Amino acid sequence: MSLLALLGVLSSTIFSGTSLLYATLGEVVTERSGTVNLGLEGVLLISAATGYGVTVSTGNPFLGVLAAMLAGGLSNLVFGYLVITRKANQLASGLAVLFFGYGLSALIGKPFVGKLINSLPRYMIPGPGELPLRYTSLFKFDFLIYLVIPMTFFIWWLLYRTRWGLGLRAVGENAETAYASGRNPGMIKFQALFVGGLLAGLGAAHLSIAFTMNWAEYMTGGRGFIAIALVIFSKWHPIRAIAGVLVFSGAVAFQLLLQVSGVNVSPFLLDMIPFILTLTVLLIWGGTRKHSAPATLGRVYQGTE
Amino acid sequence: MEQSSQQPLVSLRGIMKAFPGVLANNNIDLDIFPGEIHALLGENGAGKSTLMKILYGFYRADDGRIWVDGKETRIKSPADARQLNIGMVFQVLNLIPAMSVLENIALFLKDLPGLYNPAQIRKRIFEQSRLYGLEVNPDDMVAHLSIGVQQKVEILKLLLSDAKILILDEPTRVLAPHEVESLFEVLRKLRQNGYAIILITHKLKEVMECTDRITVLRAGRVAGTILCSEANHEKLVQLMFDKQLTAQIEREDLPRALDPVLELVSFSTHGEGTEVSLKNIALKIFPGEIVGVAGVSGNGQKELCDAILGIEKVAGGRKLLKAQDFTHSTTRKMRDFGLGFVPENPLTMATVPFMSVLENMAVTRTADYSRHGGLTMDWKLVQEDARQSLEKFGFTFSYYLPAKSLSGGNLQRLIIAREMMKDSQLIVASYLTRGLDVQSTLVARQELMRARNEGAGVLLISEDLEELFSLCDRLIVLYEGRIAGEFKPSETDYYQIGYLMTGSQGNHVTTH
Ligand SMILES: Nc1ncnc2c1ncn2[C@@H]1O[C@H](COP(=O)(O)OP(=O)(O)O)[C@@H](O)[C@H]1O
Ligand SMILES: [Mg+2]
Repeated sequence: MSLLALLGVLSSTIFSGTSLLYATLGEVVTERSGTVNLGLEGVLLISAATGYGVTVSTGNPFLGVLAAMLAGGLSNLVFGYLVITRKANQLASGLAVLFFGYGLSALIGKPFVGKLINSLPRYMIPGPGELPLRYTSLFKFDFLIYLVIPMTFFIWWLLYRTRWGLGLRAVGENAETAYASGRNPGMIKFQALFVGGLLAGLGAAHLSIAFTMNWAEYMTGGRGFIAIALVIFSKWHPIRAIAGVLVFSGAVAFQLLLQVSGVNVSPFLLDMIPFILTLTVLLIWGGTRKHSAPATLGRVYQGTE
Repeated sequence: MEQSSQQPLVSLRGIMKAFPGVLANNNIDLDIFPGEIHALLGENGAGKSTLMKILYGFYRADDGRIWVDGKETRIKSPADARQLNIGMVFQVLNLIPAMSVLENIALFLKDLPGLYNPAQIRKRIFEQSRLYGLEVNPDDMVAHLSIGVQQKVEILKLLLSDAKILILDEPTRVLAPHEVESLFEVLRKLRQNGYAIILITHKLKEVMECTDRITVLRAGRVAGTILCSEANHEKLVQLMFDKQLTAQIEREDLPRALDPVLELVSFSTHGEGTEVSLKNIALKIFPGEIVGVAGVSGNGQKELCDAILGIEKVAGGRKLLKAQDFTHSTTRKMRDFGLGFVPENPLTMATVPFMSVLENMAVTRTADYSRHGGLTMDWKLVQEDARQSLEKFGFTFSYYLPAKSLSGGNLQRLIIAREMMKDSQLIVASYLTRGLDVQSTLVARQELMRARNEGAGVLLISEDLEELFSLCDRLIVLYEGRIAGEFKPSETDYYQIGYLMTGSQGNHVTTH
């Protein structure tokens, strides 16, 4: 196997891992406030389609990123209306948002299928300057890639070092205590969903505007669900989410490597590797899950009389 | 005391609050003055917590007016109450176990900056805790703290939140006697410093010990307000309860049986997460005796019940019933043996909330009532049995109401009636009288004693030392999953038990 193939796989791992990490971070924020959004996949699709459409229409990928974020935030607010205002069951509402997302994203994206876009500009990583062009072109990344790790630390800081984060986590642990401390749990849950939606939007934007540079139905390919699994994997902690994404994306890369190296195994079997690995880790973590999950995760806050 | 000449700090007038099926507060008036400890006394369900939650904005009154500092105010949420410097420690502690002491306190700071500095908060915690002798480590996780320490954290949290009107809802419920005394010490200091304190309790002794004025609530109404100096035991009892309580609990002297009905031999479980592991429990319960389990809740009581019942896996040791091995038997086998079980939370642990009272009466005994190989149920027989056992207790329910519509006390009655319906060989009762009014408490205790007198072995878990001392033939103390001591009630006292309950050794005080 050539060095080029190896580097190619590495590069694509970084590209595909980025959107996953943003989505995972977003879900960490919302789940910390006690809300689990099973419809994340749908939200990602809506954001990806919106971001792509705006980029095509305006020719400006940065506007596209912004639009994708807003679309993510707003979709999550719709979900919030169901589970916070209407006090609907979170899992059922999540599925509703999922299918709503499938439909709406197809509708939004339809006029833009096959259109070309100005993708997000890419910048060379400092360092391997002397390498031949065919190598270095693999290591030109857009700003969303450079931003994702600092963003992870920023989210950690937001959750663990600010008043807002303290209140948010308190709502997820015990909404009544948060209420007794003078906060409005419903409002905080909405805020968490909005921020989570913005992050999901960033991930989706990266997928359609920077990575694949096109729109196709169901293009997220289960990322929303993997992100939800990775939240559990990372024990609801943003920094551990990096490890989760690395494991999953690493497995994807490994699987790609096996495929390009031509091993004689069914590609469908290889495709399953990352999921099997994630499942295994989840099973191992599973036993200790209750120590770290927000105590009211998935429950509807009823308010007081 | 010349409080009457002063302006009250808080005045409540005509407070009304109804919950489905109960009028929890019925036209309540109450004045609280600065620098006083005001007791709110009343039996379970009298409406004390509800009234105080209304003052704290946690519930909204249906009707009534509130003045604070002479100004009429509307308290629509805890945020409003905190603005008025009102703070409250709830009956069920409200700390977040997954957070540190510091974070729990920070959550309630009034002036917490958007970007807070933990070091500064730590310093403030140290200052305040030194002032009142409430030593805690700010960096401990709350999940690892005993209930006594959690109570301290709650009070610190209140003080640091700048509250001047402190509401403490049954703070002594989970404390050992010596801890109660240090809490009262703190309250007295606070009173000196001008705080107004509302202390909710249903224990007369505490009220007489540390308060200035007493308001007694009964069935949602104010039964009377008196100065502590003019109060005595009889007066308060009369205000608390309508009718005179006469029934006695009769303990028959039984010859000690030779073989235990239940024997646990170096019995252990493996607790996960916040559960406690039972360690090396050796316990025998003989027919015709009540063995009491004293302890601060959360020291293995629930695990002990679950393990005896067969819900929790046994990690080591043996469980014998009448010398037969039942260590790994299912709950079903235990039930067939003749086990009655009154769990600590009747709504979630003993009833199916959406099923009717009658269905709930039958649910633990479906085998006895099933006919035609389980295709039908003999509801007539269920009804007859239910009628009989409810009658014995003097309870009446509509059989067709869903269980979830019953109040906590009624639910508890239902469970007691069900579990003592048939003659049991072994009864495990957790917090038997929690949530019962005095009349039903008495009946429940009589019923337990009757079962004992008829030869059942009883394990009674309680946090009420009075109850344990009056009912039990033997007492064990559970601390961190171990048996910390075993006594005959006549050979020990509250203080010794209290110290063992909290894991303190030595300085054992015998004076009362
Ligand atoms: N959230 C609630 N929903 C329904 N009923 C309630 C609620 N809170 C209290 N009650 C009922 O109101 C009555 C008074 O309860 P409470 O104020 O807790 O009494 P206390 O604190 O004096 O023991 C009881 O009958 C109780 O069952
Ligand atoms: Mg109460």
